[in-house]
Amino acid sequence: MIYIITQTLNGLFSAALLFLIASGLTLVFGVMRIVNIAHGSFYMLGVYVAYTIVARTHSLFLGTLAAVSAVAAAGFVVERLFLRRFASQPLAQMMMTMGFALLFRDAAFMIWGGDPFTLPYPSALRGSIEANDIVFPMYRLFVVFVAAVVGVVLWALNEKTLIGAKLRAAVDDAEMAAGTGINVALLSGLVFAAGAGLAAFGGVMGGPILGGYPGMDLDLLPLAFVVVIIGGMGSLKGALVGSIVVGLIDNFGKALVPELSYFTLFAPMVIVLAIKPTGLYGRV
Amino acid sequence: MAEFRQIGWKASVPTLVIVLLAAVPPFLSSYWVGLLTQIMIFAILAMSLDILLGYTGLPSLGHAGFFGVAAYTVAVLATAYHAGFWTCVVSGIIIGTLLSAAFGLLVSHVRDVYFLMITLALGMVLWGLSNRWITVTGGDNGISGIPRVMTGPITFYEVTLLIFIGCTALMMLFISSPFGFTLKGIRESESRMKSLGVNTWLHCYLSYVIAGAFASVAGVLWAYYNAFVGPTYLDLTASSEVFLMVTLGGPGTLVGPALGAGAIVLLKNVISAYTQRWLMILGAIYIMTILGAPQGLWNLRWRSRSRA
Repeated sequence: MIYIITQTLNGLFSAALLFLIASGLTLVFGVMRIVNIAHGSFYMLGVYVAYTIVARTHSLFLGTLAAVSAVAAAGFVVERLFLRRFASQPLAQMMMTMGFALLFRDAAFMIWGGDPFTLPYPSALRGSIEANDIVFPMYRLFVVFVAAVVGVVLWALNEKTLIGAKLRAAVDDAEMAAGTGINVALLSGLVFAAGAGLAAFGGVMGGPILGGYPGMDLDLLPLAFVVVIIGGMGSLKGALVGSIVVGLIDNFGKALVPELSYFTLFAPMVIVLAIKPTGLYGRV
Repeated sequence: MAEFRQIGWKASVPTLVIVLLAAVPPFLSSYWVGLLTQIMIFAILAMSLDILLGYTGLPSLGHAGFFGVAAYTVAVLATAYHAGFWTCVVSGIIIGTLLSAAFGLLVSHVRDVYFLMITLALGMVLWGLSNRWITVTGGDNGISGIPRVMTGPITFYEVTLLIFIGCTALMMLFISSPFGFTLKGIRESESRMKSLGVNTWLHCYLSYVIAGAFASVAGVLWAYYNAFVGPTYLDLTASSEVFLMVTLGGPGTLVGPALGAGAIVLLKNVISAYTQRWLMILGAIYIMTILGAPQGLWNLRWRSRSRA
């Protein structure tokens, strides 16, 4: 019983990280229909930038801030200079992000080398919580909490603010939205930057446990994709449900059948696709 | 008259290419013969992806998976079970094809970006399996020691050339058949083909399986050529390399992807001799292709000719 509860909690931690990352992916897809292969790269760059800044300043907060803003800025530049000119050509945009994914991957290897590392734990969250023989690290609980806050903020931003209304208008009909005076191009750039920033933030949040290593970008990408495929592309609610499903299954899979852990992810995706090809909450 | 000349041109160029490919090995060092073998293997793979991407309009990002699974099948059977040559070859092709038949059921009803994402995820599942199912695949170390075959009078190069010619001819027949034209119809407008009474799902499915079968042939060849199989041959980078071969060369033409395969394999080998930065260069080629020739080089050539 204790084992199951601990594994469930661990699964929720994975789900929280996945949600941070997949929400950016689904946001970008929803607004721009871009299948962003470089999303894993943004996640990776986030961890690496944070690592460098933390090593210099010994401040996790500064590291997080620098990582999120640097990666968001990179995302903005990529969108405005390269992706925008291929608006509504999903294949060309996908290939563009693929090119950047390869570039970023090799650049990170060149700059930071191949040694794996982890980020330090924040000192305030070092311990663990004990209740009825269940020991759970405080930091993991903190990440779950942060992801929940991010989820609520994203939801409120989307549903309750003017920028959210503009965003929803652009998703529904970009041309009409542009006709009413919404700067769809700028909005797209900002959304792409936000998606990249979220990926970087997810990377930093997972940094003390998962750390950084060469190849982490492509390790993560399929997980994020499976989340988005299950939840429905473009749906925030879908990203939430998808990440909980994938987080739990991945965690129990790794614990029960470690050799096939990657394969167990496949099952929920197949089931969802067979029943509802657009994902649980996806629109056509 | 012009028609005659065109037919003559169409027949003579491939013949010339085949004769050249058959005649050059004695004049080349083993390095270049090896490179030519690689190019032909990857040309088969690239053309098989082109059936999906160029002719059916289904952008698959997991195509290297079938190539890799067929190669792994050969490797596992040849090393762990010491199976004979023909057993390995036939099982490699059958398992690769069966896998594409299974995956095809999952992907044939989705299109465009959805197809892209799902094939990407499926391809990564295969990669994950090759990487983590260590007892069978050897994990990161891969499987080495696949026995060399055809070291005798008929060289591996010649066999590859024959298979390359055979596969190319089959694929050409396939795309110029009524079935192939239906695929092009689906690419242009699926709803119209549907209203003509075509079972578009079945056509997409078969296109996927056939592409997977040819990719498996290439995978079997690769396993014997390379004598080593590792997870890097079916990861996303491998799939995106094939994707680039097709896009760079020109989707919707079989010649383009074959030339694209030649260009990428050549570049990869030449550049790797000077620098470790192959991935970065691959990324740069990707970006430049999209910026400069999004329809592929071979299509660019035709367009400029028809304009003139």
